[in-house]
Amino acid sequence: MLGTGLLKGLGVTAKNFVGSYHDPERYTTIEYPEVKPKLPEAYRNFPFLVTENAMDPMGTLRCVACQICEKECPPQCIYIEKSKDKKPDASGKMQIYPAIFDIDTSVCMSCQICVEVCPFDAIKMDQVFEIATTDRYDALLLRREQLAKPNSYYQSIHPTEAAEVDGRLAADRKAAEEKAKAAAAAKAAAAKAAAAAPAAEAPKTPPPAA
Amino acid sequence: MNAAFLATLSLELLPAQLRDMVTGWLPEPWRWLVNSILAIAVILASFGLLFAYLTLAERKILGRVQNRPGPNRTGYFGLLQPFADGVKALTKEDIVPRGADHLLHFLAPVALLAFSIMTFAVLPFGRNLVAVELDAGVLYFFAAGAATELAVFMAGWASHNKYSLLAAMRALAQLISYELPLLLSFVPVIMIAGSLSTQEIVHRQSGWMFGFVPQWHVLTPWGFAGFAIFMTAALAESNRSPFDLPEAESELIAGHLTEYSGFKYALFFMAEYFGMCALCGMAVTLFLGGWQAPLPFLEFIPSYVWFATKMLTLLLGFIWVRCTFPRLRIDQLTRFAWKFLVPLALINLGTTAFWSLTSGWTGGLQIARWLVAIALVVIPFQLIGRKLSAGLGPRTYRYA
Amino acid sequence: MTLAFLAIAFVTVAAAAVAMALRNLIHSALLLVFNWAGIAAFYLWAGAEFVAFSQLMVYVGAVSMVVLFAVLLTQRSPQSFREQPDSISRVIGALLVGGAVLGVLFGAVLSSRLAPSAATATPTISVKELGSLLMGPHAAALLIVGVILTVTLIGAVIIASTDHAESGKDES
Repeated sequence: MLGTGLLKGLGVTAKNFVGSYHDPERYTTIEYPEVKPKLPEAYRNFPFLVTENAMDPMGTLRCVACQICEKECPPQCIYIEKSKDKKPDASGKMQIYPAIFDIDTSVCMSCQICVEVCPFDAIKMDQVFEIATTDRYDALLLRREQLAKPNSYYQSIHPTEAAEVDGRLAADRKAAEEKAKAAAAAKAAAAKAAAAAPAAEAPKTPPPAA
Repeated sequence: MNAAFLATLSLELLPAQLRDMVTGWLPEPWRWLVNSILAIAVILASFGLLFAYLTLAERKILGRVQNRPGPNRTGYFGLLQPFADGVKALTKEDIVPRGADHLLHFLAPVALLAFSIMTFAVLPFGRNLVAVELDAGVLYFFAAGAATELAVFMAGWASHNKYSLLAAMRALAQLISYELPLLLSFVPVIMIAGSLSTQEIVHRQSGWMFGFVPQWHVLTPWGFAGFAIFMTAALAESNRSPFDLPEAESELIAGHLTEYSGFKYALFFMAEYFGMCALCGMAVTLFLGGWQAPLPFLEFIPSYVWFATKMLTLLLGFIWVRCTFPRLRIDQLTRFAWKFLVPLALINLGTTAFWSLTSGWTGGLQIARWLVAIALVVIPFQLIGRKLSAGLGPRTYRYA
Repeated sequence: MTLAFLAIAFVTVAAAAVAMALRNLIHSALLLVFNWAGIAAFYLWAGAEFVAFSQLMVYVGAVSMVVLFAVLLTQRSPQSFREQPDSISRVIGALLVGGAVLGVLFGAVLSSRLAPSAATATPTISVKELGSLLMGPHAAALLIVGVILTVTLIGAVIIASTDHAESGKDES
């Protein structure tokens, strides 16, 4: 009958009206400042620097100031200065660390290339979006101290990815330890061999270093 | 006369008693004047408040239909939103185009609002609550309503903007087109009631069929058809979606309101809502039994509560329609009025004449009377509708 | 009551006079509408509610639109209005016609007997009686008016739809 289409349309809107009160599938609005949105895991916005220890962020930066990210950054928003001295890293090895590590977030385009190229898993993508400031220059230029965030934070925002990175790092560390152990063993064996045949060949060939 | 009835009576008479408390001490010659001013003040205050909260309700309901919360930041549930809007409109700059006719540009919103408010004078809000008792009340209502078209023209012409002027012409074409079905649809009520007085029309709808079915006009075949036509034309007369072409803000900027800003624009907005309220109130009076209770045992609730309930229901219906249907094109709009509503309204006059002439039929003839009247309503509706929508069919969009 | 009548009469006549004096045609038309509203107010003063509201609805609501549309659609530049008459014969013709209308009106006014005021109570005429009067004794006038309006309407439709022949069937 003529006009049933109109009634059907009225039914649709009525269903929406009633449904918005009890059906979260329909009512998708989040009242933002009070209720924070639940971001999808793959969401990324601006890089940050991973530290091993939340208590001592500057001392345990994974970054070794290799400057690959600085060179690869398409908008060139990263500025790094190497340190003069060396500090032990997480595995106790002496490493150079970044004396200055700045990211200009007003230039950064969140392309994730710095993350892709970093061989040390030291820089990762963040999930911040409340970055409005009243200052165009200094407040948007993030320093080393502001960029450093602990690994646990990384675990919380990108759990899958972080688990994979941690696994790889642990494997690397284990391999390095085994290698070091093997090297130590080889060294010891070589030393023993050298002790066994002291006088004859000692001055000619030194034992292999590694 | 038991206590409950007395309590009812006092509630029923409460407005009159309040009025007498305020004006009773005045000397007799002045009392009618102060009474009138009081009635005007009460109508303005209550409908002003209704307007404010109707805008909020509309935005809330529209929001919910579109699965979002609507305004909820100003006060609890956004209850202060209308006042925030009012302050915003008041403090905005009032821009008048350089070439505009300053006097008419100013006069247009004022005249529109004045005519819209004038229509409230004859609405019977309750058993004894009507500002002016006129013998030709219904005629007065539609005369004041017809004068609003003049204000629309003034707004369009005084803006000195060709788009405003064209929009005013388009708005007038629509308003005049829909004036006809609007007027034709209430003529049957006048035929049956034999009076143009609003109170008299309400009184004619009192009484109960079989002891519990109200004898409202809408519950008869001709009354239902008249009500449907009246409400459709009222939608168009008050520039409401889907007939909001005069002020199609998303497509035509704002029609004749393009050059209006600040409080003048707010006045237009206010007049639109007042017109809507007045037309809904008139529909309640003409077809829905006015201030009468829908069931006999509900008569203890004061009459003005019933009037308000019915009017608010119709207003919510307007909002519901607005959030459902897309806007019509201007040619579809006028075709709908002239080829569909006007013929149906004219046929409805015949149906009413039949109904009036056969009022003496009883028994089996009574059933025949109902069947014939229903057929007289449904068959033309189907035939004209089918003829008009022939070839329109379900559309296929080839490139979309 | 007389004061009210005088006020209404003054406003009505003043509106008409100013409408004639103004150069802006739209303003004149709007004042003409105001003038019609004044006449409606006069009917109301005289106790003829039905006629007053009919006057308001028909003239202020509908005829005013026709006038305004006509002014808008035929408006020419203000320079094309001339205040000097074309020829002396036209002036004489205009005076004759105007004088004749004035004479007829005055004759009608003067010859009508005024009922003694306040002698009769205001008659209350219900809509039903009004309808039977229109359909009974005055049916001929009503029919003639109806026929004239219908002819006008059909004429307007024919004028408006002449260019439909070449554009073919309109599609919606």
